[in-house]
Amino acid sequence: MASGRRRRRLARTLLEIFAAPALALIVLLSWQLAVPLAGLSEFVLPTPWQILKRIGQDYALLWSNARVTLAEVVAGFVLAALTGIPTALSIFYSRIFERAVYPLLIALQTIPKVVLAPLLVLYLGYGWAPKVFLAFLIGFFPIVIATVVGLQSLDKAMVSLVRSMGASEAQTFFKLRLPAALPSVFGGFKVAIALSVIGAVIGEYVAAERGLGYLQLQANAQFDTTLNFASVVMISLIGVGLFFVLSLLESRVVFRRDAAK
Amino acid sequence: MNVRFERVTKIYETRDGEELAALDPIDLSITPGEFVGLVGPSGCGKSTLLSLVAALIAPSSGRILVDGEEVRRPHPKVGVIFQSDLLLYWRSVTDNILLPVEIKGWDRRKYRARVEQLLEQVGLAGFGGKYPGELSGGMRQRVAICRALVQEPGLLLMDEPFGALDALTREQMIMDLQAMWLSLANTVLFVTHSIEEAVFLADRVVVMSPRPGRIDLDLRIDLERPRRWLVHNDPRFFEYRRQVRAIFEAKGVLKEH
Repeated sequence: MASGRRRRRLARTLLEIFAAPALALIVLLSWQLAVPLAGLSEFVLPTPWQILKRIGQDYALLWSNARVTLAEVVAGFVLAALTGIPTALSIFYSRIFERAVYPLLIALQTIPKVVLAPLLVLYLGYGWAPKVFLAFLIGFFPIVIATVVGLQSLDKAMVSLVRSMGASEAQTFFKLRLPAALPSVFGGFKVAIALSVIGAVIGEYVAAERGLGYLQLQANAQFDTTLNFASVVMISLIGVGLFFVLSLLESRVVFRRDAAK
Repeated sequence: MNVRFERVTKIYETRDGEELAALDPIDLSITPGEFVGLVGPSGCGKSTLLSLVAALIAPSSGRILVDGEEVRRPHPKVGVIFQSDLLLYWRSVTDNILLPVEIKGWDRRKYRARVEQLLEQVGLAGFGGKYPGELSGGMRQRVAICRALVQEPGLLLMDEPFGALDALTREQMIMDLQAMWLSLANTVLFVTHSIEEAVFLADRVVVMSPRPGRIDLDLRIDLERPRRWLVHNDPRFFEYRRQVRAIFEAKGVLKEH
């Protein structure tokens, strides 16, 4: 009886761990098998295996372009964090600043930033600058808004508590406001990093001489669909990798309310 | 520590810019070691009085004196306990209790032993490494009490500390608080909605009524300590309770149909 229950529990655990990889594998396998069955040639739709092989062959080419895109994304994101958090703090601490800036920020948030890409090329040229700027712009708003929301969500009674202990505003901030806001701030970071990848690649689509977006357009022009897909895989890896780095950082510095059960 | 209110008023400004007097001029004197229960309905200003002593708000006129000194900033020897435990969920029980020590810039290491001793006193020995999310409501409020006591306060301000607990936990906490207070012998200002809670715990019950907040009755409770739970059935207890209720009935706070 007991061993039967244990076996069932083990089966359930295995199922939970392997459910997502198994589904991914099924999708890839179906793709792999369906392409020859449908009689599609490689330049219409390459198989996953062909894409993987191509990544192995053109590793140097892909990596040299991926490095460029990665640098643009990281630079844009870091810039967004470095300016977004002070902006959020100003909104939180200054009523005038909040009244003047916050509604405009929310309004601007609804504008699709990518439509600025052609203008940015016009003003900033063909180099890395317009890509970094677009990655920054698109990542800036979610960071500001998540940080403001995180800071505002603090229970006022908590502030009374530390004040009754004689805490200064600096102490209140570092011991209370900041740790309480961190989960929300990291939520903003994660949204921002995914958007920054979009910003950088769109920037490259508009005008570039290197980068994965540029490589994709080159592949398109040459009907090299496999290289195009290989670029897509690399762009996705950048997004997933950076998200993973942020999650790792988050698990080191953020204590989640529901972590201890 | 002793506390004195001298002609204290508090006027709040409403959203429409109107002035709202939360307190009629209040005069009240609390002697060292006294346990004062402050009872009244919502809006009677009892929590305002407590916030004034804690220096969380400033009076509109009059003075509050703690040990003869006018209150301008939070007094280091005053501990506050609120209705909800307000524990920081990212800090362990020990780190929560040491929060006031950190904020005051004292040496944490010197208070380690004190934390252990407090946890043992409230029946939470060995829980120092746990996180608030792992504790029940009653346990969390006990931790909050330890946090208020770690600095060895001469004056303890309690704002409906058991208001958020279930009835059984609350009963236990009331008895535990009495036991703890008997060993500490510090001054307590205890705000509550509950007549029974106030009469059971306090040496003096101060009854307030709202609009504007004023003191209607200052009642000395002569029941010997330690008080057993059965004192609730004592005729003297009934009489004290009746006197407090009579105020609320006269003021229309309580109505029979």
